[in-house]
Amino acid sequence: MTTDTQPTWGGNSEPMKAEYGKLMMWFFLVSDALTFSGFLVAYGLSRFRFVDSWPMAEDVFTHFPGITGDQPLLYVALMTFILIMSSVTMVLAVSAGHERKQSRVAWWMVATIIGGALFLGSQAWEWYHFIVGDKGAVELRDGSIMKIADDRTGEVMSLSQLIHGMEDGHAANHLDVFTTEDVRHAIEANEHIVLQNPGREHVSLDRSATLKVMAEAEVIQGANMSHNEYGEKQFANFFFFITGFHGFHVFSGVVFNFIVFYNTLLGTYEKRKSYIMVEKVGLYWHFVDLVWVFVFTFFYLV
Amino acid sequence: MSNEHAPTGTAWIWKIFWLLLAITAIEVALGIVKPEFLLVQFSGTSLLNLIFIGMTLVKAAYIVQYFMHLKYEVSTLRRAIYLPALILIPYLTAIILIEGQALYGV
Repeated sequence: MTTDTQPTWGGNSEPMKAEYGKLMMWFFLVSDALTFSGFLVAYGLSRFRFVDSWPMAEDVFTHFPGITGDQPLLYVALMTFILIMSSVTMVLAVSAGHERKQSRVAWWMVATIIGGALFLGSQAWEWYHFIVGDKGAVELRDGSIMKIADDRTGEVMSLSQLIHGMEDGHAANHLDVFTTEDVRHAIEANEHIVLQNPGREHVSLDRSATLKVMAEAEVIQGANMSHNEYGEKQFANFFFFITGFHGFHVFSGVVFNFIVFYNTLLGTYEKRKSYIMVEKVGLYWHFVDLVWVFVFTFFYLV
Repeated sequence: MSNEHAPTGTAWIWKIFWLLLAITAIEVALGIVKPEFLLVQFSGTSLLNLIFIGMTLVKAAYIVQYFMHLKYEVSTLRRAIYLPALILIPYLTAIILIEGQALYGV
């Protein structure tokens, strides 16, 4: 704290040289950090437990707006950039607050709110594509998920490519709905089609095993709480829960930022002669960025 | 450390921004290329994954120390934040991931 004049607490002193609300924000963030650690560690537990069928993130999040083909990591890199950028504008708002420059605080808060809104929009886009699905898969009788692959190249193909041919089909499903019957016939008709495990090792069944398990398999397109075309069901559940919980933090952060922005315009902090509120929501906003750094690593990179 | 004065002006903010951006760019590039020589197994995971985790911790440290300003708070406040997080989170991670490995194939 540099230039802000701060009231002392009730006991006429200022423990830890921090304003009361700021200190409480820090303690809240420590507890929230433990909550997120619990979620991410639970994700790790499930992943270790089901490592053979756990989908690889680069096979799941492959879309980028306006570019066709597989673009692993690019979109989430953009989302990370947006969030880091909005963290920077937040620091600039806090820094302007220390100098008591009302209009600069307001402008940097606007930039931060826009960054947060852009991130939320990006997340909605990513959820949409995750839910609609990418290439499609079949679920075997024992509940395991298998991708469709060509045994000559080992490359995974979409259901659309399986049924309409590599040239005519879409690389992703694009809202086409395929029945189990269609898929079973297409697999029987093409002697190079085998089923492939979605896990890290990309192990394929041989042709006779493929035909055998297809007799009782079911087509899965997209992901929800009970089916997940990308691999182990728990992956989708953790994806919805952890990125959803983080997204809700971002949403609340945008709301807090808006309230502080509005109060800046009203001159509330000029009257108080202190922009400490900007610093307090700033801490929360940076924490949201901090959590995303970890979600980015453990969901998309590792 | 608490005697250090917080930097003034905005140049330091942009310096840290470029640093965070550069680390993220390297992570993304490594994640797309996945260089063969970094995929060697090393203490239970690949060397590449350990590099990712290391870079993540560096980014986290910069956000907390500079953006959240914790570096310039008094030492009691710094300890009140760091100690619970740095003791409990690694502990939780260690016991639960060991449990996860034990559950493999069960």
